[in-house]
Amino acid sequence: MTFSPQLEAKFAKLLESYPTGRQRAAMIPMLLYAQDEIGSVTDELVEEVAQRVGVTPLQVNEVVSYYSMLHRQPLGKYHVQICTNISCLLHDADQLLEHTCRKLGIENHGVTADGQFSIEEVECMGACSWAPAIQINYDFHHFVTPEKLDRLLDGLRKKQ
Amino acid sequence: MLYNEPSPLETRVLSRRFGMPHSESIDTYLATEGYQAFLKASRMTSDEIVNEMKASNLRGRGGAGFPAGMKWSFVPRNSPKPKYIIVNADEGEPGTCKDRVLMENDPHQLIEGVLIAGLAVDAHAGWIYIRGEYRYLIDIMDRAIAEAYQRGWLGKNIQGTGFDFELYTHTGAGSYECGEESALLESLEGKRGVPRIRPPFPAVVGAFQCPTVLNNVETFCAVPAILLNGGAAFAALGVPKAGGTKMTCLTGHINKPGVYELRLGFPVKQMIEEVGGGMRNGKKLKAFIPGGSSCPVLTAAECEGATMDYDSMAQRKSMLGSGGVVIMDEDTCMVKACLRLMKFYAHESCGWCIPCREGTTWLDKIMTRFHSGGGSQQDIGLLGDIAKNMLGRTFCPLGDAAALPMISIVEKFRREFEDHLNGKPCPFEHSNRMVTV
Repeated sequence: MTFSPQLEAKFAKLLESYPTGRQRAAMIPMLLYAQDEIGSVTDELVEEVAQRVGVTPLQVNEVVSYYSMLHRQPLGKYHVQICTNISCLLHDADQLLEHTCRKLGIENHGVTADGQFSIEEVECMGACSWAPAIQINYDFHHFVTPEKLDRLLDGLRKKQ
Repeated sequence: MLYNEPSPLETRVLSRRFGMPHSESIDTYLATEGYQAFLKASRMTSDEIVNEMKASNLRGRGGAGFPAGMKWSFVPRNSPKPKYIIVNADEGEPGTCKDRVLMENDPHQLIEGVLIAGLAVDAHAGWIYIRGEYRYLIDIMDRAIAEAYQRGWLGKNIQGTGFDFELYTHTGAGSYECGEESALLESLEGKRGVPRIRPPFPAVVGAFQCPTVLNNVETFCAVPAILLNGGAAFAALGVPKAGGTKMTCLTGHINKPGVYELRLGFPVKQMIEEVGGGMRNGKKLKAFIPGGSSCPVLTAAECEGATMDYDSMAQRKSMLGSGGVVIMDEDTCMVKACLRLMKFYAHESCGWCIPCREGTTWLDKIMTRFHSGGGSQQDIGLLGDIAKNMLGRTFCPLGDAAALPMISIVEKFRREFEDHLNGKPCPFEHSNRMVTV
């Protein structure tokens, strides 16, 4: 597989970041950074990473299935992650999730037909004092109201 | 950046640089006693450093509260293996958002704490395991690490002391369980985040099978101040058996939610009323979680006279935990709050041991049925029974973390469970509907 030069540089640095013979440690970071670039963890990526860190594809697969941020299917270009855990729930995050699903016309874990947006109800993301919080890809948004969320999503739509 | 106004009631030790211009840069750090604690420690013996840590009464800030100096002293000095330092930055305990603020506003304080731990146990490499969702913090830490290398505070022969140290960041990929120290080590090594059987403890067999010091971000961030001003001065800030300050996250139904640095032993009532600006909309307090969702829930009555420290919370059969305070007002449905927590633990159980895997799933299923009006009188007893049978029967604390809030909620708010019986709709559901477009 070929990746961007930036990602290759990152991989090279990762493979040097662990003790000799422990290159398997680079596997999870490599998978996540590669997913950021190619959109999902494909079979091809699993084999590539397995070969680069010196394990079997099965050993990569068992790891992929464990971590909630590693996805075998492509997400939307903008992945909207809504925390509904306790501190966010106390600020009506469950209703914010419902609102987002209605707005985008998809269910939790769905992807819009144009591939632009996906929704995922997620666990605590570490923004509890600024609840309700969401992440769109890696960007945090705090104190999110339905109106603020509408503005955010409409802004992203226009950017396309 | 800071997300909330500081409070005049704070005791700012770990957060003393917050709000300074470019508080994250090495220049600001060096201009404000930065890395001086490392230089001081480099002239001390490893026993002297560990003794200073013990004198500080610093207890691990990730949630378990184990004395940090003691943990460091367990690393075998005569081991021929390399020793490692691991920072647990997998902040994921619901209600907790303090490590984020520490790394974002003062990343060099964390690096200096790691270096001092390296001096204490003769370690020359370390990793900061940061949860995957905190990508921007990985970038901040990477920039700080690069600055430290450029200016000679990391790498070979640091500032002519003869001490070498290599530091790396490592991203997680979404797993609460990886905040548990042995699961974190498995994850660091490129495996599923399943806990290890202990003993041996990580101090003896940790990262890559080598002796390891593993502490929370906040614990390491306290180290420079301890070395600089002495363990006794840090201890004096807190209460007799727990020194220093605690980064405290006020969340939930409160007027001024935010992260505040408070002395250990700070009165709960004053924290809610004065630091947090009181209950939102003038409502009454119903329930209080002192330090993350894994702690038993306290009622408003139990908060009377309580202080934010390990002993006061233990007397009330709860825990100080991680500093993630969750404040729930009189309109909160405790059945719904409990359901959401059980859903969380069921989702995050690694699935290795049966009492946790099955227990959390059962609790989630029964709570879901219960909240939707399909519960029965027997379910109330069953919930408590299942939870009690999980306690102490799992390899890691996740099973207890689910069982403890379950037991406390069903015991203290049994009346609310009864109000949901016989097909009755949730009595709180109408009171806080959000108006949506």
